[in-house]
Amino acid sequence: MSRMDPMPPLRADTLTAARPAVAAPKPATKIKAETVSVFYGEKQALFDVSLDMPEKSVTALIGPSGCGKSTFLRSINRMNDTIPNCRVTGRIDIDGQDINDKAIDPVLLRAQVGMVFQKANPFPKSIFENVAYGVRLHGLAASRDQMREIVESSLRKAGLWDEVKDRLNASGASLSGGQQQRLVIARAIAVNPEIILMDEPCSALDPIATAKVEELIDELKANYCIVIVTHSMAQAARVSQQTAFFHLGKLIETGPTESIFTNPKNSRTQDYITGRFG
Amino acid sequence: MTEHTVRSFSQDLEELSGDLARMGGLAEDMLSDAIQAIASRDLALAETVVARDPQIDHLQVEVEKKILRLLALRQPLARDLRQTISALKIATELERIGDLGKSIAKRVKLIDGIEPANALKGVARMGRLVTAQLKRVLDAYTAQETDAANKVWSRDEEVDEHYQSLFREVVTYMIEDPRTISACAHLLFVAKNLERIGDHCTNIAEEIHFLVTGEQLPVERPKVDALNSN
Repeated sequence: MSRMDPMPPLRADTLTAARPAVAAPKPATKIKAETVSVFYGEKQALFDVSLDMPEKSVTALIGPSGCGKSTFLRSINRMNDTIPNCRVTGRIDIDGQDINDKAIDPVLLRAQVGMVFQKANPFPKSIFENVAYGVRLHGLAASRDQMREIVESSLRKAGLWDEVKDRLNASGASLSGGQQQRLVIARAIAVNPEIILMDEPCSALDPIATAKVEELIDELKANYCIVIVTHSMAQAARVSQQTAFFHLGKLIETGPTESIFTNPKNSRTQDYITGRFG
Repeated sequence: MTEHTVRSFSQDLEELSGDLARMGGLAEDMLSDAIQAIASRDLALAETVVARDPQIDHLQVEVEKKILRLLALRQPLARDLRQTISALKIATELERIGDLGKSIAKRVKLIDGIEPANALKGVARMGRLVTAQLKRVLDAYTAQETDAANKVWSRDEEVDEHYQSLFREVVTYMIEDPRTISACAHLLFVAKNLERIGDHCTNIAEEIHFLVTGEQLPVERPKVDALNSN
């Protein structure tokens, strides 16, 4: 249609169909995995996985038990380094930088890439100290006042401040499961990560605690790249913008969450999410 | 497609398809009987059509209840979700087709006195075409076949053409003999009802396409009528 053609008549169906929606700018890639394979001794657990994970958004990794999603997650902050006989090939870049490069300090990497596990693992310390520990280790607070600010800010961001502000010296273990998980998230946020990895963070939580953590994830995604492994399809659908389906160590399909759950392209993806597996 | 691991889920979906098949069968019978009743001015047959309408209404209510339950309890995804949502919309289309069939049947006693058999022949011809469209689209739904559905979708142009020519024909009868105006007016309503049933068939065809492919057919389907011609 040339610029000289007359405008089509204004009808309800042309108002939506003819004018394309202004697309939101595509977020930049934060983590880029290229043909990543992981071996535990002779056994290969992950086969040539390539996946881009955008910044300021949530990527969900789904798939049956043993499909390699947690193995893949652990590669992103080199937790697999701590497993004997574990070998990672391929390349993982964060902001264009290869994380397995010899110049990278894994300890610093794990501050930049925080991790939250299925079972919340607060340190056997006070609530305050749980959050302060990493901050102190990385020298991020110049004074006591600044430390208090950082701890408060992290607990606020994790949605926990109001519940614990009057008992910061209480043990971290005295909190409920859901609160412990949020404490662990506050701990991770306190050291200024850009990425937060979550491995089934809500599996051990009741529905209300789960909802609070999901609400937190929703808020955090404005500022962090989040990658979450989850067994719950519904949770992946609720919290993520991109979903990746793994099966037997291979990445089968990736796509916008909405498409994966309404119209997946691969029949194995369809079978898994509709409960036709086995 | 393989069965769900939880078999009762598959059974729920099959039950839903069964209900829709029953609704489709009822709508088909009501339509062909209504057309037969008009063509042969059979009042008794027309009354049976009217009497059957509550059955199709009742089935629609049952289908909606089942769909609500399916959505709440199974949280269907992907194709299961599309199947559930399209079942909801197709049930509505079939219930409307039943209503239009009933409306056609009700006019049998009002077209008394239509002398030119040609007018009724024209309606019967259009009725047969629309009945065939309905049957084809219901078969396409059972087989979940997009090619067959797409053919119904594009053949609606033919239904529209029939309506246009029937409209012109009936208007000439009214001009020739003003005593037939009242009866002819009802005949025009019957023709319009048939044209609407054709539209409902294309709506069902669109739902089938969406169910199978996850994509929508184009917004504008081929249309032939005085409103849209240049």
